[in-house]
Amino acid sequence: MESNISFTLKVWRQAGPKEQGGFKEYPMKDIPTDTSFLEMLDILNEQLVEKGEEPIAFDHDCREGICGMCSLYINGHPHGPATGATTCQLYMRRFHDGETITVEPWRSAAFPIIKDLMVDRNAFDKIQQAGGYVSFNCGGAQDANAILIPKTAADEAMDSATCIGCGACVAACKNGSAMLFVSAKVSQFALLPQGRAEAARRVKAMVSKMDELGFGNCTNTGACAAECPKNIKLSNIARLNREFLCAKFKD
Amino acid sequence: MEDIKKDKNNAAQTVLDSKIPEGPIAEKWTNYKAHQKLVNPANKRRLDIIVVGTGLAGASAASTLAEMGFNVLNFCIQDSPRRAHSIAAQGGINAAKNYQNDGDSIYRLFYDTVKGGDYRAREANVYRLAEVSNAIIDQCVAQGVPFAREYGGTLANRSFGGAQVSRTFYAKGQTGQQLLLGAYSSLNRQIQMGKVKSYNRYEMHDIVIIDGRARGIIARNLVTGKLERFAAHAVVIATGGYGNTYFLSTNAMACNCSAAMACYRKGAFFANPAFVQIHPTCIPVHGDKQSKLTLMSESLRNDGRIWVPKKLEDAKALQEGRKKGSDIPEEDRDYYLERRYPAFGNLVPRDVASRAAKERCDKGYGVNNTGLAVFLDFSESIERLGIDTVRQRYGNLFDMYEEITDVNPGELARTINGKDYYNPMMIYPAIHYTMGGIWVDYELQTTVKGLFAIGECNFSDHGANRLGASALMQGLADGYFVLPYTIQNYLSDQITVPHFSTNTPEFDKAEKEVQAKIDHLMNIKGKRSVDSIHKELGHIMWEYVGMGRTKEGLEKALKLLKDLRKEFETNLFVPGSKEGMNIELDKAFRLNDFITMGELIAYDALNRNESCGGHFREEYQTPEGEAKRDDENYFYVSCWKYNGSDEVAPTLIKEPLHYEAIKVQTRNYKS
Repeated sequence: MESNISFTLKVWRQAGPKEQGGFKEYPMKDIPTDTSFLEMLDILNEQLVEKGEEPIAFDHDCREGICGMCSLYINGHPHGPATGATTCQLYMRRFHDGETITVEPWRSAAFPIIKDLMVDRNAFDKIQQAGGYVSFNCGGAQDANAILIPKTAADEAMDSATCIGCGACVAACKNGSAMLFVSAKVSQFALLPQGRAEAARRVKAMVSKMDELGFGNCTNTGACAAECPKNIKLSNIARLNREFLCAKFKD
Repeated sequence: MEDIKKDKNNAAQTVLDSKIPEGPIAEKWTNYKAHQKLVNPANKRRLDIIVVGTGLAGASAASTLAEMGFNVLNFCIQDSPRRAHSIAAQGGINAAKNYQNDGDSIYRLFYDTVKGGDYRAREANVYRLAEVSNAIIDQCVAQGVPFAREYGGTLANRSFGGAQVSRTFYAKGQTGQQLLLGAYSSLNRQIQMGKVKSYNRYEMHDIVIIDGRARGIIARNLVTGKLERFAAHAVVIATGGYGNTYFLSTNAMACNCSAAMACYRKGAFFANPAFVQIHPTCIPVHGDKQSKLTLMSESLRNDGRIWVPKKLEDAKALQEGRKKGSDIPEEDRDYYLERRYPAFGNLVPRDVASRAAKERCDKGYGVNNTGLAVFLDFSESIERLGIDTVRQRYGNLFDMYEEITDVNPGELARTINGKDYYNPMMIYPAIHYTMGGIWVDYELQTTVKGLFAIGECNFSDHGANRLGASALMQGLADGYFVLPYTIQNYLSDQITVPHFSTNTPEFDKAEKEVQAKIDHLMNIKGKRSVDSIHKELGHIMWEYVGMGRTKEGLEKALKLLKDLRKEFETNLFVPGSKEGMNIELDKAFRLNDFITMGELIAYDALNRNESCGGHFREEYQTPEGEAKRDDENYFYVSCWKYNGSDEVAPTLIKEPLHYEAIKVQTRNYKS
């Protein structure tokens, strides 16, 4: 049931990409536990604005856990302590009275800080641009039921396609690897007949772009899958490796 | 129809011409395509098109135009095109495939959409929408969108409100996400090929008109704070709806109507602003710190039953927390939608379901502490299908509901007389979608030449109420299959116009005006935050311009909005500076436009002395409380023309509706 808690918020503040950043503490009083984490930040920002200070910049949009815009490293976990949920789906009932809650931005060489808790995830778009598509022009499609796809394959492809591109996997990984993100898209298309025609080209292009953009290597620690708000499975990475090896052998 | 005087300043056309092609309804689009002007491949390379927005409409239009050979400049306010709010659509997308052999057809989808829209949509546009719906499914499957399938490998369907067939295609409860990622993948391919230039974290602030034609935009880089100029041969607006005028809605936080308002101020008429959709199945409001409302997909109404207690004392006990939903046995439950609308039951259209919930709550039967909630119950379907099947269908929605409310709708609560009762969800209507929007003709062109509007931000297809799973259909129809054709009819005589320079007096003037607006917002230096004023706007709108509207209420709203504008103009406080990133400044800019939008909705609602679809005027209802339309006096699209200042009331111009294929009648979901 609803109650109020008070706690200390320790937030990373950084005025710009090149500025020196640091933690700043904010006491938070009587926050209802049915407030979402981002609404709690709204309350703090409202207080800061009232005092004439600049509010904390953080990315957020849909607040339903699907757009992938929100991020935040909360108490050492991307998207906070809840599993299978994004920061915007996190409610204050997960926290305790008197606690200190530490909030940091994604930390990764490939995601430079823009301001405060906001990072630049453009590298993800660039990887998708390198090959995350079926080369197909609008207008020439056959009837949708002309391709029969076994339910199991469609469901598995859907599970991979569920990735919201938030970057939690990269933030969670000690190597800053984007393998889970890349493998989710590679898997979606590898599992579907529409994606097979250019599967080899796709996996090579996306992996090479990922390496070029400064993401680290995968050492199979599994932190990415453990922290993924959409429960993207580690087996996607195994599938990517298989696809990549097959593609290389063909060369 | 009132003639519009040619006005050079706002570039409005002289006559409101909807350009509906000749011929019987089923042949209009074919005829149009056969006779429209085209641009040959070599000339397409010479033409630039700006597309503002990367949702279903924007991304599909940008990628398709680029595939055809045009040079596209594509803008979004988020950090990536994939974040546009189409991504949050849950339930599905309609198409007239008739894969279920249940009697569906293009005509039936067309008919259901017109009827669902309470006979206020333009017939020819809706027919075209139904006609291209099948191609959308083909296109998305070819892109690799993982739609739900049957064991035999064919596509699966479910049913949705306002239809008696199963024509909705879906990908779990994340159909919008998968369709948007499909469009995003096509867009990415074009970005990679250099045909689309993508500008992320850019917000369009104004449209630039040269010699009466839209030729570019002024956009602000939200990271650097700098204003930048972009020129093109045509401008396409795909910036979504204006639901956030109400502060609390199911829209994403950044959804706004500023681009649409910029077009309106430059002479694009705004049509049917009063037609706002209030979605029946949202999680009820819980506190005054709430930032947005969460939608529970309409697909839940396939298997969930909506009810309130039959007895007032039970409702009172629920409101005071002395009882839970599962404590009330079957015989004491009032399944009011099944009772009032036996033919459609829980699957009546959204406006009907929303009003019915309000009616029960107004009578005191609300089921939570605010008295503003009804139950959505899965006990019957779990008994019929088993919890595993129900979870397979709605598991992610159950989880989402539990995370927010701490109640698990799939959990057995108790057994009374051998019957299992599960925890019901609590739901209440909330602002969700806006049927009104920028007026467009059959070619999706606005009253400003060279300015097009697609997707939710135009008005054309849904009339006074949109059916479930039709927003995705319309966004993709406009972007993949309609605009890429119709825009060529406009561009065919533009092939000799060279690429534009942005060093013109028109660009100078537009940029200066935007800069002055920003300086003004920074210099008010009052006491109130943007959000506090926005919340007040939301209260006014929900109270007086929401689900039940009256003449007195709307007049009061207009007065309150005038005061609110004054408060905004004199007491707003924006911290920080105009250089660099300033999220409060971004919000202030949008709020200014939300206030103008709020007034526009109120003017339109006040003018329309009838109840239809999402617009319910309490003075105009039947003795049973159903909406009472007035086809004699209001069978038209109300188009509003800006009069040079936000302080001055807009002028109404009517586009009369002509129905040839459908007989206009009273909507009936009872039998």
